[in-house]
Amino acid sequence: MSEPLRRSPEHEGDLHAETQILNMGPSHPATHGTVKFLIELDGENIVDLDIQVGYLHRGFEKECESGTWYQAIPYTDRLNYNSAILANIGYCLAVEKLLAIETPERCQWLRTMAGELSRLGDHLTRCGAACLELQAMTPFLYGIEARELTWDLMEILCGARVTSNYVRIGGVKHDMQPDFPGRCRENIAKIRGLLGDYDDVVTQNRLFVDRLRGTGMLPKEELIRYGVTGPLLRAAGVPLDLRKDQPYLKYAEVDFDVPIGEVGDNYDRYLVCVEEMQQSLRIVEQCLVALEKLGPGPVNVDDPRVRWPAKGRVFNAMEELIQQFKAVTEGPMVPAGEAYQAIESANGELGFYLVSDGSAQPWKVRCRPPSLINLQPMPKMLRGAMLADLIPTFDFVNMIGGECDR
Amino acid sequence: MEDFGSPALRRLLEAHGGALLATHAQHGDATAIVEPARVVELLRFLRDDPACAFDMLADLCAVDYLRHPEHRGARFEVVYHLLSTGTLQRLRIKAAVPELPCQIDSCVEVWPAANWMEREVFDLYGIRFRNHPDLRRILLYEEFEGHPLRKDYPKERRQPLIGPRN
Repeated sequence: MSEPLRRSPEHEGDLHAETQILNMGPSHPATHGTVKFLIELDGENIVDLDIQVGYLHRGFEKECESGTWYQAIPYTDRLNYNSAILANIGYCLAVEKLLAIETPERCQWLRTMAGELSRLGDHLTRCGAACLELQAMTPFLYGIEARELTWDLMEILCGARVTSNYVRIGGVKHDMQPDFPGRCRENIAKIRGLLGDYDDVVTQNRLFVDRLRGTGMLPKEELIRYGVTGPLLRAAGVPLDLRKDQPYLKYAEVDFDVPIGEVGDNYDRYLVCVEEMQQSLRIVEQCLVALEKLGPGPVNVDDPRVRWPAKGRVFNAMEELIQQFKAVTEGPMVPAGEAYQAIESANGELGFYLVSDGSAQPWKVRCRPPSLINLQPMPKMLRGAMLADLIPTFDFVNMIGGECDR
Repeated sequence: MEDFGSPALRRLLEAHGGALLATHAQHGDATAIVEPARVVELLRFLRDDPACAFDMLADLCAVDYLRHPEHRGARFEVVYHLLSTGTLQRLRIKAAVPELPCQIDSCVEVWPAANWMEREVFDLYGIRFRNHPDLRRILLYEEFEGHPLRKDYPKERRQPLIGPRN
């Protein structure tokens, strides 16, 4: 055996000391989202990072400006396709703000419930996919099985699993089916079981904890300066949740907690998301009780500007026939003005800034995308970290291409 | 000008009333339309003043008012939505931007959050932000011709093929 190689100072100059550029994406198996990272690496350490977004840009705002106010609703489904209903709700609340409409109580409870089921599906995807991308297949399957159960409920409620298109301006598409509460409670019990299984294999798992703890941190003041909201900000200890702080729909009447973290690393983000799922289940249960107590009633506002007349009347009465014709061909005329409405989506503040010129076409539909804004400080979270830390950080930033790029 | 019961708007009127062109509170959203040349100064004031404490720039976007039936004045408007995470009050600031020269000062030094939002406005509206550290397209690619959210950009316009890249 020869002597082990020993590095001497005069040989240092021969080693490659320059940094290396690595392209990751736009389609990479360890990222759920179409995004490209240009990473400057020194060995395995990230020196700098440039994030290139826009691969899923479909001209959301331009399309909205060329249709009626109603025709924008299906496009909002395709913003964050993990929690379509939350975007539906955000957009419709903004239009209702312009129209100065108050929706019926039953509609508000239905929206709250559907929104929470949607948030649950989003968090399940985030936590499940995070495990998959950290090479743990089993918890991913628990998460996805639970998500299937929420999507089954969506299918019963809206007829579609993912792009639900359930919310309407001034109401919802239809009331829930009579057997929905029973099915919902059954599935909630199953989801609780799956979350327990998931928790058993993940939360205390040494491999998982070691990959997450201490990675992707940024002080809360910095996160606020970057406009970061949602579970990312709450994990850093800021209890900002629009459901509590600026309550809309029925959030002021339901009982739920806002979990916060301590240091804001990826492990805290994970813990916050897991706890938020339990809180969402609590809210859904309270909504079911409230809906049963409320009894049958209208789910759409009785306002001729947005209401479609009952089908039976359309076929038999001239006035309603004309109204139906106008509603389908033109849609509602929204009074001129501007309004900004923000809701707490699964990723943070989802805002819609609408400008109307008084016609049946939106003048401007701006979506404030939490995915894009939360992604922006990611290079700052990762400078000096290992390349492997990029994966869990990106998982919990949870950038959704459809919403980020619009 | 009225403050419509908004503490931040009242403070802004007291301290910088001369830079404000109009205020309104349509649908409950307190709004100030400000002198474009002084927008960064005002935004910094709104961030640092303890009575306002707008530590978060919630949103930044632009609106093109070309051929709008009622709008008078410059063609574009840059719209800032501010949020105070402490007091939870919100404020909207608007500043007009003419077609030529299509530019306004960047507020990246006030809130780094503005970086990508201003890039997006530049990309889709062609409004240039002076002193922006990295003003390049964000959602579209470098070779894209025109700015698609301008009202005179037809939705059907085709773009030239650019071929593969290295």
